[in-house]
Amino acid sequence: MKLLLSIALTLLRAKLRQSIVAAVGVTFSITMFVTLLGFMNGLNAMLDGLILNRTPHVRLYNELKASPEQPIDLTTDTATHHFVRSVKPKDELPRLRNAEAIMDALVKDPRVLAISPRLVSQVFFNVGTVDLNGQVNGIDVVQEVRYYQFMDYLVQGDPEDLATGNNTIVLGKGLADMMAAGIGETVQVTTPTGERSLLRVVGIFQSGIADYDKVQCYANIKTVQKLLARPGSYYTDINVKLHDLLTAPALAKELSARFDVDAVDIQTANAQFETGSNVRSIISYAVGIVLLVVAGFGIYNILNMMIYEKLDAIAILKATGFSGRDVQRIFLLLSMVIGIAGGAAGLVFGFVMQNVIDSIPFITAALPTVTTFPIDYNPKYYIIAVTFALLTTWVAGWFPARKAAQVDPVEIIRGK
Amino acid sequence: MSGTGNILEVVKVNKSFHDPVTVPVLKDVSLSVKRGEFVSITGKSGCGKSTLLYILSTMDTDYAGDVMIDGEATQGLSGSRLAEIRSEKIGFVFQFHYLLPEFSVLKNVMLPGLKLGKYSAEEVEHRAMERLKELDMHEHALKGANQLSGGQKQRVAIARSLINDPLILMGDEPTGNLDSKNTAIVFDIFKHIASEHKQSLLVVTHDNDFAARTDRTIVMDDGRVIS
Repeated sequence: MKLLLSIALTLLRAKLRQSIVAAVGVTFSITMFVTLLGFMNGLNAMLDGLILNRTPHVRLYNELKASPEQPIDLTTDTATHHFVRSVKPKDELPRLRNAEAIMDALVKDPRVLAISPRLVSQVFFNVGTVDLNGQVNGIDVVQEVRYYQFMDYLVQGDPEDLATGNNTIVLGKGLADMMAAGIGETVQVTTPTGERSLLRVVGIFQSGIADYDKVQCYANIKTVQKLLARPGSYYTDINVKLHDLLTAPALAKELSARFDVDAVDIQTANAQFETGSNVRSIISYAVGIVLLVVAGFGIYNILNMMIYEKLDAIAILKATGFSGRDVQRIFLLLSMVIGIAGGAAGLVFGFVMQNVIDSIPFITAALPTVTTFPIDYNPKYYIIAVTFALLTTWVAGWFPARKAAQVDPVEIIRGK
Repeated sequence: MSGTGNILEVVKVNKSFHDPVTVPVLKDVSLSVKRGEFVSITGKSGCGKSTLLYILSTMDTDYAGDVMIDGEATQGLSGSRLAEIRSEKIGFVFQFHYLLPEFSVLKNVMLPGLKLGKYSAEEVEHRAMERLKELDMHEHALKGANQLSGGQKQRVAIARSLINDPLILMGDEPTGNLDSKNTAIVFDIFKHIASEHKQSLLVVTHDNDFAARTDRTIVMDDGRVIS
């Protein structure tokens, strides 16, 4: 094998220019493949993160519903169609009943990574004579920071103040701008039940979705419970983060049945994001693979030409004891050397290109924490690129190499 | 070594070319070559002498009959086994030198030896130098194959054919491209190989002077051995 490799390398050196051209084709395609996928998936992660980071894998809540059983349904008269629907939704609180027991059970579930309870309520912000509509989310700050990237969206302030302070609030950017409220100032809040309180602003957050930022604000869950004059066990939502995102739909169904609550999974809530990401990924893979195939044709051509020029060498190698298989291996090795050299260079250039893109400024109001184009440096793309490069060069080398193996030395030698 | 002591034994070999019509080129050819014997094959152009040589060389497998090399029947063996036989037992010299221009003279001689893998790379290099010395080519060992004259190239090709100590050296018009001076040199080398190293030689030639000086001459005509 060492001998065959040294022969292959010598032949390659003799055709250095053509070999380099072939290798550059591979380099170019690998570079593009790695750059494209890194960039595309960086963008995907960022765009998905906009929604998905803020979205629990499974959300447990209690929805107000019309009573499914109307009194008239109880009559035995089946001959007529009745349309009387007099029973309105019950005046019950949107709370999760027995929330603490549910949370205990979820924490023990091995599929669950983390839970964070929420208490969501409509509020009005009183600004001068105007009442602004808002929604306050009472959150477990520590859990939200840890599992829902709360920090990424907090453009001003410290989550610590929200976690420890009493009567503190983090406003959405749009909302804060409308109220002209900065950090340290107080805002007046009116709850649906008419209670009024003053809350101190300790932070501003920006999710990147303008409509969301105009309405939403966050407070410590205890603060909201106090605001609404509810007990400490009063929660409206439990957000569940799972170890495996894909189990969410099944688990949502199971939890819904088990605890008699409404449950929605991330796939149902955000089906369109998955689709968008997949399409973008498929397009970038397709482009990358097409590039590699084109590079493969380059290798195929050059190898074919080389074999045509080297018929004499093939004939004498065969005459002096090299088998057809040896000759095939020589040319296959030649192709692989081109592929490996070109591929390795491609990975390096790809990494460089990723870094270049990563340092291009990309500032948008919608994405407060993003300052440069996002890149996903996942080694997965490098591995896929190398695998495909080796595969295409192998296939591109195999056909000419087989042709070389089948060269009849007698025909060449007698032809002289 | 086979029981008969013949390096090469050919029994009733027949071959036809089929394109475009079937033409028989070899008809019941039988011959044998003993150890250390220097045999030449002559005949008119187109009599089938080269065709016969390539069958004997194991490179052409499309024939009927039996060819035994060192007692081993080659008919029906796999391509890789035939390659091994060529590597171990047969050396070739052609009309054209077929040196690889990408390699140095020394490497050209070494390649078949490295392929056989009987000796280490250093050993093969040493043996290659010895062969070159014997042929008075050692001073050119590190030159490129293209930097040599025609006669020198042919001598390097002979050195290459001898690197694995073949039992038999086959030549297809090995002096066909050479002037009389170089022809004489090559002939002396062949003679030396046969007498000193007891290696057999089978050389196809149309040079009657060359043939006359060999131990035995096989004359062919129209696909048959006539004497």
